Amino acid sequence: MDQPVTSNRLVFLFRSTKGLVLVGIALVAIVAAIWGTLSGPLAELGVSGVTIRVLGMKLAPLQREGRIVILYHSIAMAAVAILVYFITSFVEMKKQERATINTVATVGYLCSLIFGLAFAYFGFNFVFHGLFLFGMSLMYFTGLMLAAAVCPWRKDYRDSAGHLDIERTALFVVVVTTLISALFGAVTGSLSGNGFQTFLAENVIRVNGKPWLQLAIIGHLHIMLALFGAGVLLVVSRWLKFKGSAWHKWAMPMVIIGATILSIGVWMVVPFEEIAHWIIYVGSAILLLGGLFLLIFTWRKLIRERVAELGIKKAGFWRSLGALLHDPLKFGATWQMLFMNFVTTFIGLFMAVELTKVIRMYPADLERIELVGHWHTLAVLMATIILFIYVDAIGIKGRIRQWFGWLVIVGSDMAFGAIAIYELEHLWVAESAQQPLVNVLMLLADVGLGLVLACLGALLVWRLVDLFKRKGRWTKELAEAASAGEVSR
Amino acid sequence: MKRILLSLVMMTLLLTSGCVSQASAAPPPSYDTGVNPDSWVTVPAGEFLMGEHNDPTLISYDYQIMVTDVTNAQYAKYLNEALAAEAVKIETVDNQLGVFGYYPGDVFHGGRHEVRITVGDKLLVPLNNTDLRLVYDESTNTFSVKAGYENHPMTVVTWFGAKAYCDFYGYRLPTEAEWEKAARGPAVPAWEKSTPGTDERSYPWGDEIKRNNANYYDSRDPFEKVAGKQGDTTPVGFYNGRTYDGYQTLDSPSPYGLYDMAGNVWQWTGNVYEGTAERYLRGGSMREPDFMLRVYSRNSVRPDYYSPSFGFRCVRDVLQ
Repeated sequence: MDQPVTSNRLVFLFRSTKGLVLVGIALVAIVAAIWGTLSGPLAELGVSGVTIRVLGMKLAPLQREGRIVILYHSIAMAAVAILVYFITSFVEMKKQERATINTVATVGYLCSLIFGLAFAYFGFNFVFHGLFLFGMSLMYFTGLMLAAAVCPWRKDYRDSAGHLDIERTALFVVVVTTLISALFGAVTGSLSGNGFQTFLAENVIRVNGKPWLQLAIIGHLHIMLALFGAGVLLVVSRWLKFKGSAWHKWAMPMVIIGATILSIGVWMVVPFEEIAHWIIYVGSAILLLGGLFLLIFTWRKLIRERVAELGIKKAGFWRSLGALLHDPLKFGATWQMLFMNFVTTFIGLFMAVELTKVIRMYPADLERIELVGHWHTLAVLMATIILFIYVDAIGIKGRIRQWFGWLVIVGSDMAFGAIAIYELEHLWVAESAQQPLVNVLMLLADVGLGLVLACLGALLVWRLVDLFKRKGRWTKELAEAASAGEVSR
Repeated sequence: MKRILLSLVMMTLLLTSGCVSQASAAPPPSYDTGVNPDSWVTVPAGEFLMGEHNDPTLISYDYQIMVTDVTNAQYAKYLNEALAAEAVKIETVDNQLGVFGYYPGDVFHGGRHEVRITVGDKLLVPLNNTDLRLVYDESTNTFSVKAGYENHPMTVVTWFGAKAYCDFYGYRLPTEAEWEKAARGPAVPAWEKSTPGTDERSYPWGDEIKRNNANYYDSRDPFEKVAGKQGDTTPVGFYNGRTYDGYQTLDSPSPYGLYDMAGNVWQWTGNVYEGTAERYLRGGSMREPDFMLRVYSRNSVRPDYYSPSFGFRCVRDVLQ
């Protein structure tokens, strides 16, 4: 620790896992805060006009779809980078591999985030577009290096009998299927210069005879989010020390088989759309079972450990429930996984099963709301899980841990519960009578999301203030990173 | 904690207690926009840029299109004439009381999710729907309009009902291409362009939307004060630069002088596509956010669907 204080801070922020994750979360939060003013309640209050004027954004209505595609990719790259940091931190690999993967991921997502948004929202400077693509390419290269690093066939990572590490295998499968799935977007996107045109999937949902390029893109966006979810599942599995249990022995094969079948199903959407959906259902169900096993294991473990900590020999229902809810971060991560089934998976299943008899009885713009709500909900709930892992990693304890965890859980669940009802309200409430219900649902959604953002904001302000302290928490985390070999002393 | 829960429950009950149809509310403010709903404009043959990606599209004939959506008064007049001519009938089918009319059916192609649209009498307008702005007097077998809604667009009308109106008078529903050309104007080669953006505009009046350009979600027109952000229909031609009770509108016609080609109500178009029963609508509505009002935005649903935010206008061929 002989380096100057400023460079120590930079080492912390851009070399240690906790610092890298903090920077990633902070940038996503800043983008969410600024871009969040362009729609929803803040736009209704007129804040969008101020944002556009002050920042000098150029928002031609014709380019809305293209802008949004780049915005999604910019945020997604940052989220993927955060996931990569957790993976390189949790999974055994060579120091040099870890350092290289993290560095390339950081440069990659920063390039795509900064230059992607600069291109899409501040005038079409094609140098920025090139740098955006360069960043995305680096992220792909990160994936290739990660696949090599977690490759389960490497001798160092087999057990003494030469068997493969099942969790490592699962991670490898998820990384490789993600890389292949990314190509579906990359190859198709690269054809844009040859006449392929930007579109949002939700706008063409009912168009018959979609061109294969559109089908490839629709498959790409679905599988990328699903595999990101599988990646989060594996990180949570490591975080909660799932390995070694009987449930783990069943869950990991489920993840391997589920992710593989799901991916193959999505890759088949272009040539065999009809049958591909059935393969996707099978793959999703198997993958979800893997998640369910993790949940069962975790909840039992949380109860067991807390009951033992309290010295209770035999706990009844209420004491067990109290024990389960004791740690909102660890409980919350698995609860959010379960909750996302109520507000996305089950609704998705209902929509698929009742598509002709119910959903298609109503106009496409209502189905569009369901689709947009569906994946926004999935993305944000996964983000809350990542947030829980980070807050636990930086050692937040006591009341702050309780308040933070519960406010995020209650806020996000209230918001997305309300949004789920909003997505389907037209099935029960006549169009002209919806306004009072919409008012309540929007209020719940706004308050809920406001709570989550307030918690996130408080966390980031606290970390920012801490960075200005000479002996702040960051020095402790930097020292931990040094002893873990993440940064050199 | 109990107090918070109790407050939340009370708040929810209070807010949801207002879940009644806006149709039961008092008559709306009545405004004369000065725009004649019986007027038509001619759209000359020629190329225009269609869709989100500005695909050059040629319409090789002149046609005329209504300057506004068909109003409640016009539709009530049509129903009275059609009833007298026995072109439509009032009956109850599958517990649905309504105006029914004959439709020859669609050719079924077995497309993905395609439903059969068979030959027979189809629902044009449901009569037991509280959102309908028409009143049917059984004793005289005539229709009239609820007070204040005479010059509002006809809504709660199915695609069959919209088509039946146009057919009755020898008109037809516009194709999507005809509708979009009327909304965004002709393609103007760059070297001839006198009005920047004429050929690539996203809204009928240009490239920017303000709250007083059109009736859309949270556009804060006088009718939203009663109905809330999701709004209610505004009289046809409302956004013509006039001031109504202190509410200043911007004159927002399309390049050919059509009004309400963005917002107010989605408009049925006439295309019947192979492999799907869905009919397409254009223009966005009072319930949509601003970006859905772009001239190339599309909505679709089966032809028997009706909604308080769906209306239509007609086109007719130009006699040579």
